[in-house]
Amino acid sequence: MRVGVSWLAEVTDVADGATAEDVAAVLVRVGLEEEGLHGGDVSGPVVVGRVLSAEPEPQKNGKTIHWCSVDVGEEEPRGIVCGAQNFGAGDLVVVSLPGAVLPGGFAIAARKTYGHVSDGMICSTAELGLGEDSDGIVVLGELLGAAADGVAPGDDATALLGLDDRVVEVNVTPDRGYCLSVRGLGREHAHGRGLDVATAFRDPLAGVRVPSGPGERDVVLADEGPLDGRPGASRFTARTVRGVDPSRPTPWWLRRRLVQAGMRPVSLAVDVTNYVMLLVGQPLHAYDAARLDGALVVRRARAGERLTTLDGVERALHPEDLVVADGAEGARAVGLAGVMGGASTEVTAATRDVVLEAACFDPVSVARTARRHRLPSEASRRFERGVDDAMAAAASQLAVDLLVEHGGGTAEDGLTDVGGPAERPVVALPVGEPARLVGVDYAPERVRALLEQVGCAVSGGPGAPDALAGAAAAGAGVGAWSVEPPSWRPDLRQAADLVEEVARLDGYDRIPSVLPRAVPGTAGGVLAGGGLTARRRAVRSLARALAEAGLVEVASYPFVSPERADALGLPDGDERRRALRVANPLREEEPLLRTSLLATLVDVLRRNVGRGADDVALFELGSVALPAADRAPSPRPGVDRRPTAEEEAAVRASVPHQPLHVAALLVGARTPRDWEGRGRSADARDAVELALLVGEVLGVPLTAAAEADRPPFHPGRCAALRVAGGPAAGAVVGHAGELAPRAVAALEVPARTVALELDLDVLLGALPGPPRPGALATYPVVKQDVALVVDASVPAADVEEALRRGAGLLLEDCRLVDVYAGEQVGEGRRSLAFSLRFRAPDRTLTGAEVAQAREAAVAAAGEATGAVLRGS
Amino acid sequence: MSAPNKDFDPVQVTPLDAEQVEGAVADALAAVAAAGDLEELAAASRAHGGDRSPLALANREIGALPPSAKADAGRRMGQARRRVADAVAERRAVLEAERDAAVLVTEALDLTQPTSRRPRGARHPLGLLVERVEDFFTGLGWSVLEGPEVEAEWFNFDALNFGPDHPARQMQDTFFVDPPEDGLVLRTHTSPVQARALLDHGAPLYVAVPGRVFRTDELDATHTPVFTQVEGLAVDEHLTMAHLRGALDALVVAMLGEGTVTRLRPAFFPFTEPSAELDVRCPVCAGTGVVAPGAGARAQGAATAAEEAASTRADDPAGEGAPCRTCGGTGWIEWGGCGMVNPHVLRAAGVDPERFSGFAFGMGIERTLMFRNGVQDMRDMVDGDARFSRRFGVEV
Repeated sequence: MRVGVSWLAEVTDVADGATAEDVAAVLVRVGLEEEGLHGGDVSGPVVVGRVLSAEPEPQKNGKTIHWCSVDVGEEEPRGIVCGAQNFGAGDLVVVSLPGAVLPGGFAIAARKTYGHVSDGMICSTAELGLGEDSDGIVVLGELLGAAADGVAPGDDATALLGLDDRVVEVNVTPDRGYCLSVRGLGREHAHGRGLDVATAFRDPLAGVRVPSGPGERDVVLADEGPLDGRPGASRFTARTVRGVDPSRPTPWWLRRRLVQAGMRPVSLAVDVTNYVMLLVGQPLHAYDAARLDGALVVRRARAGERLTTLDGVERALHPEDLVVADGAEGARAVGLAGVMGGASTEVTAATRDVVLEAACFDPVSVARTARRHRLPSEASRRFERGVDDAMAAAASQLAVDLLVEHGGGTAEDGLTDVGGPAERPVVALPVGEPARLVGVDYAPERVRALLEQVGCAVSGGPGAPDALAGAAAAGAGVGAWSVEPPSWRPDLRQAADLVEEVARLDGYDRIPSVLPRAVPGTAGGVLAGGGLTARRRAVRSLARALAEAGLVEVASYPFVSPERADALGLPDGDERRRALRVANPLREEEPLLRTSLLATLVDVLRRNVGRGADDVALFELGSVALPAADRAPSPRPGVDRRPTAEEEAAVRASVPHQPLHVAALLVGARTPRDWEGRGRSADARDAVELALLVGEVLGVPLTAAAEADRPPFHPGRCAALRVAGGPAAGAVVGHAGELAPRAVAALEVPARTVALELDLDVLLGALPGPPRPGALATYPVVKQDVALVVDASVPAADVEEALRRGAGLLLEDCRLVDVYAGEQVGEGRRSLAFSLRFRAPDRTLTGAEVAQAREAAVAAAGEATGAVLRGS
Repeated sequence: MSAPNKDFDPVQVTPLDAEQVEGAVADALAAVAAAGDLEELAAASRAHGGDRSPLALANREIGALPPSAKADAGRRMGQARRRVADAVAERRAVLEAERDAAVLVTEALDLTQPTSRRPRGARHPLGLLVERVEDFFTGLGWSVLEGPEVEAEWFNFDALNFGPDHPARQMQDTFFVDPPEDGLVLRTHTSPVQARALLDHGAPLYVAVPGRVFRTDELDATHTPVFTQVEGLAVDEHLTMAHLRGALDALVVAMLGEGTVTRLRPAFFPFTEPSAELDVRCPVCAGTGVVAPGAGARAQGAATAAEEAASTRADDPAGEGAPCRTCGGTGWIEWGGCGMVNPHVLRAAGVDPERFSGFAFGMGIERTLMFRNGVQDMRDMVDGDARFSRRFGVEV
């Protein structure tokens, strides 16, 4: 909401000499946040000038400029060059003289141009900040009309036009619809200054006399489809003004206020309705009476009904849309109620008789219609937030008065007024409630006084003569007030709402600061003792371990294109193709939510490479969304109570599975080339190593096994990672390896990019308890090496696993220390050398024991993998 | 060696002659001293102290002496051999030290050559900042909870007192999962975890909830459609707005340092009543709303014909400085929304609002990182450029 300081000052006491900043500071105190300060940035000599002569001078560039002589009230006229065409000798114009600064920091100086010294500037509407569009030069006779009489060259144009009036723009929260008006802002400004509204605030509706007789135009409220029992229109007034002169312009000051508020002047009738809406917050609509046929009927739209709205768009109406209609039994819709009028009965340049509508429409109905037709309007904004239902007739009267005064019309004596203000709810406010919620010990008389400032009628409570009656009426005890909120505050519905009013008016700066003492571990058994869950701690360890392993953490947006699944090479039917779709995506080409982190992490990799990085190692921790194949709609149980266990379970079950994943991508050197050597490129084994590291850090060891069928990985360079032991033993938690060449090409990432992705939810669900280290063996260790020859296709892990199994409990460690393939072992075979360490916890091992264990290990490897001792 | 000397004749036992012994010792000492390295010393030691050395041979002759002379000769020979052995040991120590010193010299390395073999990795600063906030709250005894990013509309809106047609649903530009009637959204705030936590654990409850949230904003220098929030929720008997302020003041100090000025400003959120925004005095302009002259002369708009013909222009003629871009010239930065939990929210979660009261707040981690660490452009936080994370390392 935007308002000029001078307009605001008409309805409320603004401090002497207050700037726009001061006004904004007062308003923010009561919750109206400053959105911006506009206009008024004119300084220096800006004066009225009379054009004495204007000689056209065609220029080589095709333009014609005017070389003007302008009387600015000095002894000699000034010579000024002007490029505009819409003025001539004799016109009164606005001249900014050298030294003046116009909006936008535009400083005026004498300047040589087009062969003359231009000693000032003749100003346009836009240059003075009086309008958005440049209608050319401001000609005061046209702008001010009769008010231009008596204006003389040399007069201060800044004062004349109010050029220094600044506009305060505030953000109005959805609960304060009444602040979408000067009336509401004026009241709040008085609150912000701590002034008594009875004296500091002048309600523009106070004292407005409303006719009581019946009006000419019949109105029928015929809503047969109320939403949740609320009628679409609770009140509808109509008033006819005849004989308005359509050629009469809107007065300058009124247009100026509309422009300052960000609205476009249209015609007198429309401008007046907008002006009154800005002033008091009541949306009004002007119909051309000659184009209306009979009574106005408020009803729901009919099946298949269409309406062309004022913006020229023909709209198919929805049966839930509330319309205003005319004709026989309301056959023809002439407006979307509370949203926008229809084109067929629009006020035009020929309109002489006007019907003014001021009504009260249901917020929900208006909100749905505005949303359905994507048609947010100044009217719908106000109705959605709640319009004071007591002011329709008075607001209409304000508009009638302006039309009569400036358009020369005659208003009918009567007023059609159907329906009426709703009954006010009475809210019980326990006396101690403000202190209980705010922590300030407000005196009861202070609470009462503040609520009365807001406009509430307060009865009952301490010290009131009507204590018993009021409390009884509200169903509250004697320790409570009965509070009837004012008609403009439909948002005040419960005690907490009133408490906010008390705290807000008393000032949030009076609230002390007290650090609460928490009860540790309130969030259930997993958090007994408070603090981080084991899961959070594990994720932290994991992130730090990966960073220490040389990877850089990044975070990518979860949005992906459908084509990404193709680029990754996912086959039809792959579970990762089943993704949630965003109905209103940020970018149309990326409507899906990722089902794997790699799907979006590759974009980050590409960005890094694009920015010149050669060696990149990235990881991301984030969730993916894995919807079930058969998804049921998410229920929305009522919220006036706790949902039943079944309802709650159904809501929770509707939320898709979203496991936490970790993914990494590496390209380029793992060990960089430097003075020691050529370095080493990241390869698939690095990815496997990092995957194993993840398991190790979490205390859930993993094993790697070849996996030939897991896009986007290279079929020969991919390992599946499984949980090695414990309750989740054998569960596949992810994959690591090199990306397949086709995926590399389709994703446009560097060749030999290696990757991993693991589902951490499985691992975090298998976290071990506190480590139990057991006793450390101190007897001597015995080392034995074995070299085994196997088929080249036999995975080293299988050999190792068999060795470990065969060696039995005495084996302390087994490591692959050499791999050899070549003539000595024969085609298609390779030699794997393992270093075995044996130790017993309770004795020194004998040579025979060790030899036996070693032989058992080799035998097991032979049985499992066909391994034979090298050289045997 | 001489034959056994049955008939003692000192003349026959010449090797034990004092002069000869002395001569042999002198020869030995000279040879030891002359040894230039450990090998020569070993050779000298063998030659003058070994089994075939003159002194060793002489020593054997002692047995041929008459008993009366044995003691004297034995003492003399012992002294002689000890002198030689001592000289060898002394010389060996010298030569070994020389050898060791030489080896260390040859083993010297240029330790100014680069030592990093693998570049260090880094955490993302947003994650690190979240951890700091978590640590703050766990230090107060609060628990840390999480919730899903794709969330039921019921949790994101209904349970938080957003009526189905309330304008506040439009206030937060929501990503809906297709089809929208199915009631799933990308959560617009971490607040749905309030309802989840109250349903799960009831009151009293003290929890902080970090997480990613989504709004349909275009990405620019100060907005990102995907951002990070930390939610706080405390529900207990006797909690007031004073406790809300106390918790936030302590958090502000922990995040932004001692002396940070804050204010509570009335605001509106459906799930709190009374509601407030917590503003932090702009650290860039110190609350003045203006930064030093020349910091940002405003760009001029397009010229109209009249302007072009008639006038010159000058930038910032008053020289008063430019509006602060960090706070938009208002002197305050909106840091987070907060308030007392609306009784409707408590009721929908099965908590008795007449017995319990509570407060909740949510604040943006990206914004905090911006003015806490002087990050100018939010896009740096979302681009994933490894250089950005590296500038933070593993601490923020």
